[in-house]
Formats: sequence, C-alpha cells, structure tokens
Amino acid sequence: MAANAEALQAELKKYLMVFGALLVLTAVTVGVAQFDFSVPVAVAVALLVAGVKGSLVACYFMHLLNERGMIFWILALCVLFFITLLIIPVITSSEVVAGHADKLYGVGK
Amino acid sequence: MSAAATEIPYDMEPHPLTRMYNGKFGIWLFLASEIMLFGALFSSYVLLRVGAPEGTWPIIGAPTVLGHEILNVPLAALNTVILITSSVTMLMSWYYLKLNNFGKGQLFLLLTVLLSCSFLVVKYFEYNSKLHHYLVEFDAPLVVDGEQVSYSRTYPTANGERTVHYLHGHITETVKDEDGYVEYYKFAADPRKPDHGHGHEGDAGHGDAHAGEHPEIELRPGDYRRMSNWGPAGSTFTGIYFTLTGLHGLHILGGVVVMVYFLLTGGSMWKKLPDKYANRIECTGLYWHFVDLVWIFLFPVLYLL
Repeated sequence: MAANAEALQAELKKYLMVFGALLVLTAVTVGVAQFDFSVPVAVAVALLVAGVKGSLVACYFMHLLNERGMIFWILALCVLFFITLLIIPVITSSEVVAGHADKLYGVGK
Repeated sequence: MSAAATEIPYDMEPHPLTRMYNGKFGIWLFLASEIMLFGALFSSYVLLRVGAPEGTWPIIGAPTVLGHEILNVPLAALNTVILITSSVTMLMSWYYLKLNNFGKGQLFLLLTVLLSCSFLVVKYFEYNSKLHHYLVEFDAPLVVDGEQVSYSRTYPTANGERTVHYLHGHITETVKDEDGYVEYYKFAADPRKPDHGHGHEGDAGHGDAHAGEHPEIELRPGDYRRMSNWGPAGSTFTGIYFTLTGLHGLHILGGVVVMVYFLLTGGSMWKKLPDKYANRIECTGLYWHFVDLVWIFLFPVLYLL
C-alpha cells in the first residue's frame, strides 16, 4: 500500500482543493440569494451553482471520474429517468391546470 | 474449509464486468435507487410549488414566496459547511487507512461522527423553532382595544377569492381552567409587517394595524378558525420541507449508526483484513458523500428559492 503513497497524496491535495471550492460556492449560493433577482433567474443561478457543487462531490469525492465501468452508464440512465420524472409532471400540470382554471372558474391568466 | 465455499466472489478484487469490487458496485446500485427516491420528492416539491395558489407559499402572510421568509438561512448555511467538512474528514479516514495508519483513520471517522451529530443538533434547533411558531387564522379581523391587530390577505381560489385574516407569533403561556381545559393562550404576535412591495393586487393588507403595538394578545378557543404551528401540517411548504429534510436527517442518522459500528468493531477486522476494512470505509464514504450531495440541492431549493 505504501507504494502508491504519492498517488494518494496527490488525491488528498485534490480533495482539499475541492473542499475549498465547495466552501466558496456555498458562499456564492447564499450571496446571490441576497440580490433581488426575478424568480426564473434566481432558480437558474441557484440550480447552476448547486449543479456544479454536486458534480464536484460526485466526480472527486465519489471518484466517479475514475469509474469507467458499467456503473457510469447505470447512473447516467438513472439521471435521465430523474430528469424525465422532474419534467413530465411539470409539463402536464401546467397545461391542464391553467386550461381548467381558465375555462371552469374564470380565474388565472 | 467451508469458509472457502461460502466466500463471496470479487469481494476485494475488481469484477471483470463492473471493474470494481462487489461491495462498491452494490453501494452504487443502492445510491441509484436513492436518486429515484429523492428525485420523486423533489418532483413533488416542484409540483406543489407550481400549483400553490398565490399568497399561500411558503405560508399565508409571508412577505415573499421565498422559503427563507420562514426558515433560518444562517443555520442552514452552517449545516452546509458542517456536512461538506464531514465529507472531507470521511475521505481523510479512508486516506489514512490506505496509508496503513489505523489510528488516524479511526480518528477522522470519529470526527465525521461528531460533525454529523452537530448537523443533527443544528437541525433540532431549526425544527424546534418551527414547532413553536404559530399561524392563527380568523374569520373576521381581530380587534383588540378598538384597534385591528390582525393582517389580511386575499388570494384567488377555484371558486373566486378568499380573504384570510391572520397573525403569526408565539404562544408565551397557556392558561388552563380547573378542569384542565385551555382557557386562553397568551400570544406574542410577530412585530414585522407582512405584505409589502410585491405588487400583488389586493394583498397590501388594507386597514392593517401594527401588531407590534400589541405584543401580547389573549386568544380564547373560538376566537380563531385555525391555529397551527409551522410543523408539517402548517402549510404545503412546511409539509414538503419536513418530509425532505426529515428523510435526509434519517439518512444522516443511518450514516452515524454505520460509522459508530465501524468505530467500535473496526479494530478486529483491521487486524485480520486491513484492505477489506479500508474498502468498507470507502463504501460508507460513498454513501456519506451522497447524503452531502442531496443536502447541497436541498439547501438552495428549500431555503433560498
């Protein structure tokens, strides 16, 4: 095990750099929220920063960058399903609810 | 030896197909299922938020639609830092085990446990303050000493519109009669004035008085239509907030149990199979980083948007 001590040391350096980046990005997340952005801009910025932070954790802390096996594709499929899960209900609900409310009750825009 | 017959294959060396040892592959598959679990709840959050009638998110009477109107951002930011740090101490534990340093490996594992517990302690204070904060709704404006102390807000519903008269605040004392029934609550209303500057028609709080001038009100059962703390039943937002953070908190607790188990029993495995023990810590770490990752998304979504 001592043979790859140097490689491990390089890994540790990487972890500490990612740690610093995560702390800075956390400050950015909180800082950006203080500005009075419109809701779509605020959502986009917050999710972008969270996405970058999440990717850093997955790629470096969880070593996903070094995993070249089938797990990478299993997880990619999983993320695809997750995004589908997130998008499909939103699309359907925005169509149906807006249409209904408008025709039936005369409220909404 | 019968041990050889029952030995799990690819327990230490990488499987040719997955290119990782089986334990690691197993934990990754588990995490894939976890993505779907939290994914479904995030999806529910989006649906609930998109479908919430104007003026009811995150809770009736909040000045804006942002979660931080009722949540504590500094505490949550502190928890974010705690959790990220615990991810690093988890990695350090694995790093020292790989360097054959069991003592430091266990020390960093212990640090991870302590950080996880402090996350839960901070969460306790957050939950506690929510459970002691109340929203009271009235059928008509509440008048005390000839002055209106409740606020009002009108929002559209499926049948037209609804006006709610409400107050936010804390119960400072519960006064009971001899039979043990509540006679009245001493209620300290929040001094802040809600509903300003967002241009929603009709929500400007017409005729609102200044609750700050009536810091303590006596509320008798029957005076109000509904009194609810900011717990899971307080509003749709607090419902999904407690569901998501509660499930996440349970994951933290689960991680702590596993880490304490390894702190207590790790020594004997380390003596026999040090590499296997390091692998176990690596798998625990994978789970732990995932819990960290979920929080990285929960924090902005619940607290800042």
